[in-house]
Amino acid sequence: MSNRIDVKKTYKLYINGAFPRTESGRTYEVKSAKGAFIANPCLASRKDLRDAVVAARAAHAGWNKATAYNRGQILYRIAEMLEGRRAQFVDEIMQVTGVTKIKAEKEVTDSVDRLVWYAGWTDKIASFAGSTNPVAGPFYNFTIPESMGVVAAIAPETPSLLGFIDVVAPIIASGNTVVILASTKAPLSAMTFAEVLATSDLPNGVINILTGKKEEIAPWMASHMDIDALDISGLPAKLHAETKVAGAENLKRIHSFKSADPGRIIAFMEAKTVWHPIGL
Amino acid sequence: MSFEYAPAPESRAVVSIKPKYGHFIGGKFVAGSKHFPTINPATEEVLSQIALAGKAEVDAAVKAARKAYTTTWSKMSGKERGKYLYRIARIMQERAREFAVLETLDNGKPIRESRDTDIPLAAAHFFYHAGWADKLEYAGLGTSPKPLGVAGQIIPWNFPLLMLAWKVAPALAAGNTVVLKPAESTPLTALLFAEVCQQAELPAGVVNIVTGDGSTGALIVNHPGIDKIAFTGSTEVGKIIARAVAPTKKSVTLELGGKAANIVFDDAPIDETVEGIVNGIFFNQGHVCCAGSRLLLQENVAEEVLHKLKNRMEKIRVGDPMDKNTDVGAINSKEQLVKITELAAAGDAEGAERWSPACTLPVKGFWFAPTIFTGVTQAHRIAREEIFGPVLSVLTFRTPQEAIEKANNTPFGLSAGVWSEKGSRILWASQQLRAGVIWANTFNKFDPTSPFGGYKESGWGREGGRHGLSAYLKGVGHE
Repeated sequence: MSNRIDVKKTYKLYINGAFPRTESGRTYEVKSAKGAFIANPCLASRKDLRDAVVAARAAHAGWNKATAYNRGQILYRIAEMLEGRRAQFVDEIMQVTGVTKIKAEKEVTDSVDRLVWYAGWTDKIASFAGSTNPVAGPFYNFTIPESMGVVAAIAPETPSLLGFIDVVAPIIASGNTVVILASTKAPLSAMTFAEVLATSDLPNGVINILTGKKEEIAPWMASHMDIDALDISGLPAKLHAETKVAGAENLKRIHSFKSADPGRIIAFMEAKTVWHPIGL
Repeated sequence: MSFEYAPAPESRAVVSIKPKYGHFIGGKFVAGSKHFPTINPATEEVLSQIALAGKAEVDAAVKAARKAYTTTWSKMSGKERGKYLYRIARIMQERAREFAVLETLDNGKPIRESRDTDIPLAAAHFFYHAGWADKLEYAGLGTSPKPLGVAGQIIPWNFPLLMLAWKVAPALAAGNTVVLKPAESTPLTALLFAEVCQQAELPAGVVNIVTGDGSTGALIVNHPGIDKIAFTGSTEVGKIIARAVAPTKKSVTLELGGKAANIVFDDAPIDETVEGIVNGIFFNQGHVCCAGSRLLLQENVAEEVLHKLKNRMEKIRVGDPMDKNTDVGAINSKEQLVKITELAAAGDAEGAERWSPACTLPVKGFWFAPTIFTGVTQAHRIAREEIFGPVLSVLTFRTPQEAIEKANNTPFGLSAGVWSEKGSRILWASQQLRAGVIWANTFNKFDPTSPFGGYKESGWGREGGRHGLSAYLKGVGHE
């Protein structure tokens, strides 16, 4: 028998490779499927979002410049780290959502496999989405897709791990950096995933994770002038229109998706066409 | 001794302009109710009276387009759709001179440009997209991409027929039908294009053309019967459109403003570069969204480049657009001339130094001499705002890194130019520049196979190539 009091984890934000508390000091309560208290994660503020965007912007140049091979290896490394910590993710998913062990295990398995799938896309997307263009003149002309910059995203409520990875992986695969709001009711998977990221050679600031309320954070994301694009897959449909209206201020590219597809990578890339004369 | 150019006027006998035009709806010309004049900006002569479409006309056009979409166009095989597009391309080539003269009369651009650039490229866009119509499953959007439905298309006045081609050709190739609104000040070639559709026996309602002003455009943008909006114009209006369609399921492409940097490194071939600078900013009177309007010169060659540029500018011929020797024609409208004049005055007021070659401008019509401003800083309005006229702002830089920082220091991201003889430097700069089109050792080149469009506030999506085609198709995966 054990009288030991277990050591509980404090769930914090993940910004620029560090785990700060929200500057606002606000938290909210996360309960288990059975109604028991689990944690007091951060209720991220507008300032937290701004800090995360600063980190993401600073990280973009380096991550964008990293070779596709290197980005692929890091995504694969994230999959390796996640695989090694399966049990913890299965426990947390069961605890928060009340799903069966079989279901929770499947979600973690799918999450690992999805990361591996996107890892393999990093060095193929350019040949898939780019082109050389046979213009009618003495010019060499090609179109290459490249990352947009800083993408903000809202992860779906469920599945809390797989849904999160489905949003994040395609965004960073091309060289974007991301600020993502985790599932509100089930943020544990995302916050524990931050620990996976911290040990995966992912440069600081490439993925920044906030916890909090969608209705609060989404408008701040939409109106932030240094965010280039938004993935609103996890935002309730009733909030899409107002988010798009606010996002029009700097013509953010705003998309939402239902399934894993290379189109998710391409949606957050810009096509750049380069012309050069041919001659002696 | 001096050599003078004798006048070499193109004949306008090849065109017959009707005193009044209606809308083209359901394959027929329909009389309008209200009218407004369209003028020749080089002479202020009224060319014709143009119908102003209101709600009834836009409704009728959308209805015709929907009917054609459901009953004819979406059911026709790609092979047959393609043949209509080939027919259109051929008729445009046959009537190229007529189109060129009409474009120059209505727009004010030199006949040499409409004849050698606008019209041939417009026909080429139809020819290129015709070939896509039966190959859509190879466009990279899955095995059975579908058209979007009815496309509402709103185009600008700077390249009237060419912008029509950029919009209509991919829409039709992909199986959509269209309601197109040409710009208020340049509707005539679109109305001639309607005749081409009739000659090509294009099924009624596949292409509908309504003329009007911004109010007509707003009716199209907000019409519930339209599935897709394609707009080329100002960033300001682009944002209004983005907000208007936000609550709807409409898909949108926007091709908006720019403030392109044209970067000259110290190892650039100076004579070619000077030609490129002139072409970059004075082509089409600078009425070009991708114009190279910010010249960034490396400090150690700035003096030499400016000296040669001024010499070259002394030889630019400004005047009668119908003269085959004219390089720079008329400003498209009084409104645009006021805008250019105001921004140039801001350049003076903020301390930049203005220079123009000596040139005699015609008395009638709207004219602005080719102008450069030196001593411009990044804070100046003429370095930040799109002038959309023949005005070049010159800045300098010392290191390549500084050039990139200055070039990217804008909310726009449509195009950029790089001049250097060093391959690795060109590729490095092309990689660093945040713009959708990079012209290296060239400028203002366009081709239907080559995707065109902007980063950031220069718009959404691409036009041309496989990328442009995809803007008119539903693929798999994303909503």
